[in-house]
Amino acid sequence: MRLARDFRGTLIVAALAVLFTLIAPVTLEFFTIITLTQVIGLAILGLSLALIWGFGGILCFGQTAFFGLGAYAYAIAATNIGGSTGAILIAVLVAAAFAAILGYFVFYGRVSDVYLAVITLTVSLILYSLIRRTSGPEYKIGDALLGGFNGTGAPPLNIPGDASAMLFPEHIFYVAMAALILVYILCGRVVTTHFGRVCVAIRENETRAELLAYDTRLYKLGIFTLGAAIAGLGGVFFAVGISRVTPDVFGLGQSALTIIWVIVGGRGTLIGPILATFALYYLTAALGTQQLLNTNLILGIILVIFVLAVPRGVIPTLTGWAATRRQRRALRARERRLRLRRPRGGEVAGEAE
Amino acid sequence: MRRGEVVLETRNLSMAFGGVRAVDRVDFTLWDGELRCLIGPNGAGKSTFFKCLTGQLRPTEGDVVIRDVHVAGREPHEIAALGVGIKTQVPNVFDGLSAEENIWIAARRWHGAERARTLTRETIERLQLGEVRTRIVGTLAHGQRQWVELGMVVAADPWLVLLDEPAAGMTHEETGRTAELIREINRSAAMIVVEHDMQFIRMISRTVTLFHEGRILMEDSMDAISADPVAREIYLGHRA
Repeated sequence: MRLARDFRGTLIVAALAVLFTLIAPVTLEFFTIITLTQVIGLAILGLSLALIWGFGGILCFGQTAFFGLGAYAYAIAATNIGGSTGAILIAVLVAAAFAAILGYFVFYGRVSDVYLAVITLTVSLILYSLIRRTSGPEYKIGDALLGGFNGTGAPPLNIPGDASAMLFPEHIFYVAMAALILVYILCGRVVTTHFGRVCVAIRENETRAELLAYDTRLYKLGIFTLGAAIAGLGGVFFAVGISRVTPDVFGLGQSALTIIWVIVGGRGTLIGPILATFALYYLTAALGTQQLLNTNLILGIILVIFVLAVPRGVIPTLTGWAATRRQRRALRARERRLRLRRPRGGEVAGEAE
Repeated sequence: MRRGEVVLETRNLSMAFGGVRAVDRVDFTLWDGELRCLIGPNGAGKSTFFKCLTGQLRPTEGDVVIRDVHVAGREPHEIAALGVGIKTQVPNVFDGLSAEENIWIAARRWHGAERARTLTRETIERLQLGEVRTRIVGTLAHGQRQWVELGMVVAADPWLVLLDEPAAGMTHEETGRTAELIREINRSAAMIVVEHDMQFIRMISRTVTLFHEGRILMEDSMDAISADPVAREIYLGHRA
């Protein structure tokens, strides 16, 4: 079946990612490896939106709310516990629980798609202003100062069970890549399951799914919560990557960027938004080194170009081209075969008459 | 006529939009194994009545009972979960998925992976959709999309089937095949079919319920209704 082939594709891409993970520390500069961890965090965020928007059809404009909550929850939990393993779990759970509660009211209240986008964006902006106002010694959770505008420190990862055995940046990179690859495989698997196919069906036509006796609210809540958990995990690696969490994780800029990654990479694929995250991050970094052109202007232009010229995104457009070419080649091959056979075929037809 | 148990009943069912009563205190009974057509001029309330049965509208008054379950005001998926197959007036299909996948999603709701695959194959054969099996439904012709939707209804193996204008926009030939299919579905399920096309109704129906101004005006065979002067006045008069 086609789905089995889709999942095999996921595994092939994952294998390539493993290869990249092994090669990168040898070929890339140390500094690049350090920054890569935070980009991997962002890529996991992009992947989470690829799942819920690209497959679930839920345009969540505030995916950063869960991303930021994950980042803050990790920083606070790790500071208090004194170890990173449990803190990662807490971060993922906090993001998922928050999404489950928010999603319950949105989906069971039958809020329409447009309002969902508005509500999620508003939620992330509320979190943004809320956390910015937490400067001062009175705002602390356990040992962790929230730090308002300046944010709070995020402890690095450590070997599970031994809080004093901190990981080196290189090893953190391995862990982050492992997380990205595993979550990618998980998502690739989920979209081929019955649950995943129903989510895609709901994206296509919610009324029909309901008339086929599927409780669409439950499915949407499910994929929304899963996406939020993944975004929370992305937040963890982002925080670890820059050793700090600031309110900007909830900001409007970050929300918009996440949408751009998915548009550029392509809705309906998982790898597209991941690659787009890396590409646009490094483009932004490169643009930041020059003063001639404004970075946001360029990003805006890229978005406009994609929406107008490549509305499906890079990966779906490329696979579309490949499929058309394959089809054409098959057609030509069949024509050639027919042409070779035609003389004999004509005689047979003549005899039959 | 065989009269088994009652499978669907409405009591005093009303649906008001502001001051307009689109459905006005309707008492309706469908017996087991029956194939009932609902007809009436535009605005007679048959589609609103239909939507009250399927849960797409919440009736303002009265009750809908499907095999002893009170369903008025329930969600569509709860009604469908009773084993009711529903096809709406506007084709509702999964446009971005293949015909095969559309039908698989319907079958998979009720059966395990293996059985669902077999059922999907059988349904595709039954509806003669083999040629378009892997085509994306959004690219299919109107008639074929209607059949894919019927395929989804059939694949779930319902015991009660509600169809709103299944032959709308079909060619003459397609209409004939749809009528055949409906008779075949009727062998295992009671049915309500809302329809405009008189010829089509003659092909499939035994009993016809005529709606007028939100109420049931007559319930009889198609021949009797078309012979009735009042019905002709209402129905054909409005159509002309």
